[in-house]
Amino acid sequence: MSDTLSRLGDGLVAVVKEDCPTCQLVTPVLEEVRSAGMPLTVITQDDPAFPPGLEPVDDRELEISYRLDVEAVPTLYKLSNGSIVDRRIGWNRGEWRDFTGLEELGADLPEYRPGCGSLSVEPGMPERLRLRFDDVGSTARHITVGADEDPVEACFARGWTDGLPVVPPTPERVERMLGGTRRDRNEIVTDVAPDYGECTVEKVAINAVMAGCLPECLPVVLTAVEAVCTDEFNMHGLAATTLSMGPILIVNGPIRRRIGMNSGMNVLGQGNRANATIGRALQLVVRNVGGARPGAVDRATLGSPAKYTLCFPEDEEASPWESLAAERGVAAGTSSVTVFGGESPRVVVDQQSREPESLARTFASALRTVIHPKLVLGFDAFMVIGPEHARVLSEGGWDKARLREELQKLLTLDGAELVRGAGGIAEGLPKQMADQKIPKFHPDGLWFVHAGGKAGFFSAILGGWVRGAGGTQIVTKEIRE
Amino acid sequence: MSEEVLLDPTNEAEPPLREPATRLGSLEGATVGLLDISKARGDVFLDHLESRLTNRQVEVLRFRKPTFSKLAPVDVRQQISERCDAVIEALAD
Repeated sequence: MSDTLSRLGDGLVAVVKEDCPTCQLVTPVLEEVRSAGMPLTVITQDDPAFPPGLEPVDDRELEISYRLDVEAVPTLYKLSNGSIVDRRIGWNRGEWRDFTGLEELGADLPEYRPGCGSLSVEPGMPERLRLRFDDVGSTARHITVGADEDPVEACFARGWTDGLPVVPPTPERVERMLGGTRRDRNEIVTDVAPDYGECTVEKVAINAVMAGCLPECLPVVLTAVEAVCTDEFNMHGLAATTLSMGPILIVNGPIRRRIGMNSGMNVLGQGNRANATIGRALQLVVRNVGGARPGAVDRATLGSPAKYTLCFPEDEEASPWESLAAERGVAAGTSSVTVFGGESPRVVVDQQSREPESLARTFASALRTVIHPKLVLGFDAFMVIGPEHARVLSEGGWDKARLREELQKLLTLDGAELVRGAGGIAEGLPKQMADQKIPKFHPDGLWFVHAGGKAGFFSAILGGWVRGAGGTQIVTKEIRE
Repeated sequence: MSEEVLLDPTNEAEPPLREPATRLGSLEGATVGLLDISKARGDVFLDHLESRLTNRQVEVLRFRKPTFSKLAPVDVRQQISERCDAVIEALAD
């Protein structure tokens, strides 16, 4: 019940607009209702003189329409004590006769005509009306930008961007973004390192707006923020490190298709809005809420393009193998985000191998170079296996587990090759390890994702940041929508 | 262009202004903490400092963070603040 609706009193309320042929059509019907002595209030959304002779209530501000939750005009309501009892949308002779009890109503009119969209539901309007007529409970600071200031430049000037322009986070855009989650805007998601700033759902939404996300992507961004802000993932260390790694996001499950992510051609490249903006939104949260700015806490010697955004889904449908999510214990049908602290992708070409054994040797040669060919066990890696390479492996009967097992064998190295000075390279392991056999990767340090375009015998390696409790650990989280 | 309102994307925190701790006038009778943040060879540097300080009859206490990539645990910070008059932190590779 609202005061606005109470003021309308009990009885019938018709909401119309002049710019609607069906509303024009029903004008004589509304006159019939009024002539029959029924209490009828007519609300007009555009022309305050329409319909003539029916003393319409001017609702150009759309507050009444907002309170009545009008979707289309005309809509005929029955109100009692300021509450909606019932409604009929558009013109339907039989329905309107039942609704009013007037058996001859609209005898000259066609039986049915659909209505037109209400002005209160035009794009951007629901958010604007909610902000105008309700207290939405926003707790973020509202900053007024000067009349002559370009809002995009204002975001740059305040240090909010990653170097690329952002979408100015207006209250309307943030309101629309929050429509992408059922979570309360003031729910605290986590503290974000390195400043350990308190991060609400609203703060994530603001940064998601700036990144260019659509509202349906917000649950993925929220989950990614939760995943990187765990002690295991260690966003603090990853943000501050002199190395070149950033948070990489891999999305699994039904949400990938629903939000239009690209797992096919150019999967790791530009061009898909969901892929591009989800990863960017996470980075903006880390920058703005966490306070990790390059040259300040972010001490990267070289940095990486991956620190703008690196987010992609697995191509589960065309994959011959179980998904990354399944390997990490996520139930089928559940969407998830896996976060990995890693560097930009590096391509691995092998256009000749048609046997898994041969292709695995190519992969092993390339994987050995992760971080340094002589450094082992300290760094994990992901491989994005392209469909043509996946076909070679699967036709040879290899699944992900077999590939991992064979690569571990191929990458169990002689300590003599790895110690300091070996190969004429000072970098390496302590000399006392020369007699050992040492695997390049930890048993759970090598992961595979199936993705990419159908043509091309290519895969990619994403090398990781320091693994373990003192560095980073891969984290998988289910997405709450 | 009309006036526009933007929502603040930051954590809105205003760091409190802190005065630097009072400097020690001398090391006489002082207890000095040496904090190793677990960077490679930080211990070499701190061993050297410890021997220099001990030679001057300064009491030395050693502390260590489990990893340089995370904040020092609260108990390490508390012990340093309760037991030391000064602390030297080694950032070294």
